[in-house]
Amino acid sequence: MDLVCPAGNFQSLKKAVDNGANAVYIGMKNATNARHFAGLNFSPKDISQGIKYAHNNKCNVYCAINTYPRQKNWKLWAQAVDQAMALGIDSLIVADCGVMDYIRQKSDSFPIHLSVQASATNLESLNFYHQNFGIRRAVLPRVLSLAQVTQLAQQSPVEIEVFGFGSLCIMAEGRCYLSSYLTGESPNTQGVCSPSSHVRWEEQDGVLQSRLNNLLIDQYEPHENAGYPTLCKGRFEVDGNVEYALEEPTSLNTMDILPELTAAGVAAVKIEGRQRSPAYIATVTDIWRRAMDAVQDKTASPTSADRHKLASLSEGRQTTIGAYERSWQ
Amino acid sequence: MKTSLAAVPYFWSKDQYQAFYADVTQTDIDTVYLGETVCSKRRSMKLKDWLDVAETLTSSGKEVVLSTMTLLEAESELNYLRNLIKQSDLLIEANDMSAIQMAYEAKRPFAAGNPINIYNSQTLKRLHGLGMTRWNIPVELGQEDIVPIVPTAKELNIELEYQIFGRMPLAYSARCFTARHHGLPKDNCQFKCSEDIEGILVNTRESDSFAQINGIQTQSAKVTHLLDHWQRLHQSGIDIARIVPVTPETTLEVIRSLTQAIRQNSKETGFEDTGSGKTNREYCNGYWFQLAGLELVDAT
Repeated sequence: MDLVCPAGNFQSLKKAVDNGANAVYIGMKNATNARHFAGLNFSPKDISQGIKYAHNNKCNVYCAINTYPRQKNWKLWAQAVDQAMALGIDSLIVADCGVMDYIRQKSDSFPIHLSVQASATNLESLNFYHQNFGIRRAVLPRVLSLAQVTQLAQQSPVEIEVFGFGSLCIMAEGRCYLSSYLTGESPNTQGVCSPSSHVRWEEQDGVLQSRLNNLLIDQYEPHENAGYPTLCKGRFEVDGNVEYALEEPTSLNTMDILPELTAAGVAAVKIEGRQRSPAYIATVTDIWRRAMDAVQDKTASPTSADRHKLASLSEGRQTTIGAYERSWQ
Repeated sequence: MKTSLAAVPYFWSKDQYQAFYADVTQTDIDTVYLGETVCSKRRSMKLKDWLDVAETLTSSGKEVVLSTMTLLEAESELNYLRNLIKQSDLLIEANDMSAIQMAYEAKRPFAAGNPINIYNSQTLKRLHGLGMTRWNIPVELGQEDIVPIVPTAKELNIELEYQIFGRMPLAYSARCFTARHHGLPKDNCQFKCSEDIEGILVNTRESDSFAQINGIQTQSAKVTHLLDHWQRLHQSGIDIARIVPVTPETTLEVIRSLTQAIRQNSKETGFEDTGSGKTNREYCNGYWFQLAGLELVDAT
């Protein structure tokens, strides 16, 4: 099973490679990928440098072109495909059928990985992308139980990649418009969710409020840890009760079910977090490399100190295995 | 301009559905979408019951389309879908790629539902090649996004449908938010969603509306209201105006107002929401105007 790690810049890519990633995934400095954040991502020159460094260390580089181009800016997505392929990228991670069609017009065999943003959650959906676009691998949304992932991995016509660690998206990715409803900025078209440009922090009488496009997402008493106002992880009022109506600020960590994922024949585990720092990438990659080696080669497992370290790096400092476990649902 | 009624997104009883659709036969709506699109555990209506309703609607002159589930995870859900495609000759509204795959294999035409991500003509063409005849446009696309695709759609004889009224489906999750609100796990949800005729409102702690939870679906808290912009939609190339049900009374009133305005070619529908109390609704239409979805632009 491969370990696929994120990189938001060359330093992070280097850390991922040095700490044992089998592949690193990156994006360009525009809306063609789902982490379109200021100061993040790769110029063409960075991509060349990154591919060279990774290939010298037997590591692959994937490029996410996984947002949905609207007609008026179709060219930007086509150019991103042209550029990434010309620079020697190993695979493209894609969600839009039009973009996949464009890649197939250029090459019958270039490896396409179906992005989580395409929201393929069942066998017939995988068959659709396999038969129409010859995808090699699919990344599954974070909505399936372990039993469902296992069955899918056994029946799938393509390799299966699942999320292992990082920020937990609780909605079927690629079908969530909550961010554009509240802010006008969309994961699907602009590659952002709850964009920082719309975030405002305010303090009143010791209470810290986090707002997104002026709407109160959460507020914190002095003894509480404040978190980024991701819109699905705030406290809201429902029938007179204040509650985390959708989800708590928590992160995904599937290390405990790695043996089951391995036995199911899952081809790769993906770490979320292209927006995180090189130090974070180094730590998470290192611990996950050891966890995966322990399952595959019976080497030493990560220690409890390692696990604490992972938890402390997580959003809300707590983790869950999420939808893999039915009780979460 | 034609009008359509989307599948009811909420969980109603068999009696409620049957009474509602009996009333719908008396309206001038052109097309009615039927079926459960949110949660496969909701089974007050069996496939046979839906097909019976379909027959009544068809014989009163309506076009009937069978809508499919949006988030399919279990094999049993795929089996139901396969059965639905096999059991009837009606047009299928595919709300997941699995339904497109099955419709294509069965050589059946399909309408792409709005959760199918079609954002450009390249994707539109590709799906047309597999049998797509109608495009229910993703809710977050607006006029400026759609207009450049219209020529391709017209050339391929694909009908364009856009939501003119009702709460928008904004997200789907493995988690049931209604069960969560009631402190129950999804596997023992006790069908709590049947108690809310149009979902549960979620507000910020400052009482601004945020979302409407409806089982595993999250909807916009505000209700899309483009009724008095129907001529503008039509002029932009929209063939079918889609009404998403709220309560039966209000939905029927919306159908009456809109179909009458279209018949009389009058700009204003004169629709007034008489709902009160718990169903006191707020309105929005920002997406059409390329704004945040919750914004409201008035018709004047």
